[in-house]
Amino acid sequence: MAGHVLLIEDEPNIIEAIRFILSREGWRVDTHSNGVDAADVVRAKSPDVLILDVMLPGRSGYDILRDLRGAPDTEELPVLMLTARGQNKDREMAERAGASRFMTKPFSNAEVLDAVRSLTVTS
Amino acid sequence: MTMLNALAAISILYVFFLFAVAFFAERAARRGRGNWLHTPIIYTLSLSIYCTAWTFYGAVGSAARNGFEYLTIYLGPSLVLIGWWWVLRKLVRIGRSQRITSVADLISSRYGKSNLLGVGVTLLAVVGTTPYIALQLQSVVLSVEVFSGAPDGMANNQPTALWVAVGLAIFTVIFGTRNLDANERHHGVVMAIAVEAIVKLAALLAVGIFVVWGISGGVGPVLDRIDASALGRWEVQGGRWAGLLFLSAAAFLCLPRMFQVMVVENDNDAQLRMAAWAFPLYLMLMSLFILPIAVVGLDVLPEGSNPDLFVLTVPLAFGQDGLAMLSFLGGFSSATSMVIVAAIALSTMVSNHIVMPLWLRFNETRVSVSGDVRNVVLVSRRVSIAGVLALGYLYYAQSGGGAALATIGLVAFTGVAQVLPALLGGIFWRGATRAGAFAGLTVGFLVWLYTLYLPSFGSGAFVPESWLETGPFGVMWLNPQALFGITGIDPLLHAVLWSFFLNTIAFFGVSLASFPSPLERLQGAQFVNVQQATGPRSWSQSGAQAEDLMVMAQRILGAADAQALFLREARRQGLDGHLPMTSPEFLEVLERELAGSVGAATAHAMIGQIVGGMSISVADLMAVADETAQMMETSARLEAQSRELTRTAAQLRAANDKLTRLSVQKDAFLSQISHELRTPMTSIRAFSEILRDTDGITREEQNRYASIIHDEAIRLTRLLDDLLDLSVLENGQVSLNIGQGVLSDVLDRAVAAALAHGDEQVLMIHRHRSREEVILNTDTERLSQVFINLIANARKYCDAGRPELSIHVEQIAGSVNVDFVDNGSGVAPEAQDVIFEKFARVSDQKAGGAGLGLAICRQIVSRLGGEISYLPGRGGAAFRVSLPLNQALAAQ
Repeated sequence: MAGHVLLIEDEPNIIEAIRFILSREGWRVDTHSNGVDAADVVRAKSPDVLILDVMLPGRSGYDILRDLRGAPDTEELPVLMLTARGQNKDREMAERAGASRFMTKPFSNAEVLDAVRSLTVTS
Repeated sequence: MTMLNALAAISILYVFFLFAVAFFAERAARRGRGNWLHTPIIYTLSLSIYCTAWTFYGAVGSAARNGFEYLTIYLGPSLVLIGWWWVLRKLVRIGRSQRITSVADLISSRYGKSNLLGVGVTLLAVVGTTPYIALQLQSVVLSVEVFSGAPDGMANNQPTALWVAVGLAIFTVIFGTRNLDANERHHGVVMAIAVEAIVKLAALLAVGIFVVWGISGGVGPVLDRIDASALGRWEVQGGRWAGLLFLSAAAFLCLPRMFQVMVVENDNDAQLRMAAWAFPLYLMLMSLFILPIAVVGLDVLPEGSNPDLFVLTVPLAFGQDGLAMLSFLGGFSSATSMVIVAAIALSTMVSNHIVMPLWLRFNETRVSVSGDVRNVVLVSRRVSIAGVLALGYLYYAQSGGGAALATIGLVAFTGVAQVLPALLGGIFWRGATRAGAFAGLTVGFLVWLYTLYLPSFGSGAFVPESWLETGPFGVMWLNPQALFGITGIDPLLHAVLWSFFLNTIAFFGVSLASFPSPLERLQGAQFVNVQQATGPRSWSQSGAQAEDLMVMAQRILGAADAQALFLREARRQGLDGHLPMTSPEFLEVLERELAGSVGAATAHAMIGQIVGGMSISVADLMAVADETAQMMETSARLEAQSRELTRTAAQLRAANDKLTRLSVQKDAFLSQISHELRTPMTSIRAFSEILRDTDGITREEQNRYASIIHDEAIRLTRLLDDLLDLSVLENGQVSLNIGQGVLSDVLDRAVAAALAHGDEQVLMIHRHRSREEVILNTDTERLSQVFINLIANARKYCDAGRPELSIHVEQIAGSVNVDFVDNGSGVAPEAQDVIFEKFARVSDQKAGGAGLGLAICRQIVSRLGGEISYLPGRGGAAFRVSLPLNQALAAQ
């Protein structure tokens, strides 16, 4: 039932927290912390679910997502976007860029799990 | 008595004859058949009003008393005409081109249209001419007396003088104010005067011929008689003669009546060219028989006979009644022609410079109807004529005639001639000013009044006798007849010398000392540089005028509007399909239309130029210039307003841009803060939930997660501290704790603090302690904060294998530079500009700062009166803190 999650996030403590939460439920978690080559990493690892932070060093999460949505093999990839900015504007931008789900930090652990689960079920 | 009746009848017939001459001349001129009226001979003859009854009768008297002296009166004008004809030419050209109506008008016009000067000259003319008119009346009365045989019965003669005055007034009113010709010409009057000139010359010549050939028996015997007589002796009184010569020449130019016939009635230069030789000839003929008549009269008439009347009494004594009658008509002609022209000239002055200005001032609102003003002018002229003659009559009646009157002629000459300096200066010298003219006239007039006019009434009349002997109040040099102690010259000569001398000095002195107004300058230029053109062009074809007006109107109003206007006006005149006649009504309408576009003055000048064919007057030009100036001023004001609006708009735009930028910056800042707060909170929440919810978590995991929570909480606290610090530094009142400190101590503390946490990489620090012994007067805590930040940054971000930091101190010109240079790869060039901005975190997040450190440093250093900068090209990251030494700090 559990699958492969790729987490692109630059804050080490958050990476550790999410890895912990998902691993315990049986997910395989890969992480990457740089925005510049994030899209290539996604293609290489072809995860079941992508968790993508917005504020990344080198390249913004929105740009990476737009890139992914433009390529055929990642067109349908379920993507959960995380942002710490939390304004309506950010939610709209995420939707327009093609995010499947959007979450504002800080989140509850259960929320993250639910979101990842629901994304794999629908796909 | 029959003689007297015949005389009356002949006089009346003669007067009717003159009326007829004037009437037909006037009618011919009006019907455009008066070309012969413009002939030079008529002009020349009209100049003969110079020879008044005073000359006609008095010259013989003068010769009988003073010998050849009478010649000076004839020589003066002759010299002017022969030697100064170019002065006269200039005068008549100015008169024509400026449409001068009188000598007062000339002076007033030349000096910036000053009505004050006009009034002054007018008064001078009235004062100087009134005794002269009285003299003419007296001469008529005396000549009538000769025929009546009554010996000097003055009481009976008042009516004669009155009737003569009334008759002259009527004649002058009829022919002097028939119409208001723009150029003030009186063809009827001039023609009548020309006829009278012939009559008086003929009369005098006839008497002379009778005396020479009828009484003396030829030229030879007459010359013998003259030689035998005392009068024949050529006693030259140089000074007096020169004075009289000058006086008569000046009077010829300045006398109102002479100005009238010579300048105002002049049509063209040809008239003057002939007069230049013909009038001296006329004068010569007039003077030819004066001395023979005087000598023979003294011989043949009984002792005590009045020599002033020899011209009449000699023929009468020899029973030549007809000749005596002719002689009477000659004298009568002399008297009447002078009075008529003088009355016209004076009335023009009085009316134009005194009555009309007053009337206009009191009736400003009623001037709109042009016919109205025209009638007022006519009435004012007629009343002025009557007034002038009444004044002359009253003067005669009051003075009672007699010798007092006879001497007043030269006195009056001298008064009127005071205009000469202002007149000649005005037409030849552009530097002459109104103030100068006014000063000259005033001084001349006062000196004349004091030295000649008042004493002429006899000592004791106006001037106390003592004044003439010892001077006023005993001040000898103020003696009216011996000013400044100059005695022993003829009183007349004395007055002429002093009045003209002081007049001229005042005129030139004040002119040089004063500045002319723009109008005076323009007028001066026009008068001094009067064009060589002769006479105004005449426009008679109304068609051509209407066409020209149409062209002009189209240019100003636009083709469609102009055509519509002309069509409408033509239809109103019943000339459908043609151009309208240039009637006054049409011109008025057109002027109003044009005025709406180009201003009233300009419109008036433009129409005037086309219709009148006249040159634009200076006043017109000035008005046009005024309008233009106003328009330019308005335009300049509008331009300034427009510039102001543009500037305001630009300012508003800039302000708006700034607000927009600030708003964007504020959003970005809030977003940044949100991010910086939420990130540690995310970790805290996640790990605290893990600790709470997860079963079977290991002890190490528990410790690790708790310390993460702890670190993130500290990070949050630090972030809030930094934000508050920055906010206070940026906006609030910062209390600095200023004290003395040594730089090396501050650096020691900072290094210790920055390196305190051992869990980060090791940083080698190089210092030169000897250079750090600098005493600072500053807030050492704050400065230490800056240093800690810089050292900590080096520790966090220096990417060299073995990180090293050099702290270099240098004192330069009143300030100390503290450089922090590490051996890493430094700050990327594109980031160097922004590292001091808030949240400008350029490297990746490994050190976990919020990006406020350098922003805080910049604020602190600036509060301490120094500055912090990034030094590019120094190998690694290099920052310089520059602080002032030993001087007041810029901080609060």
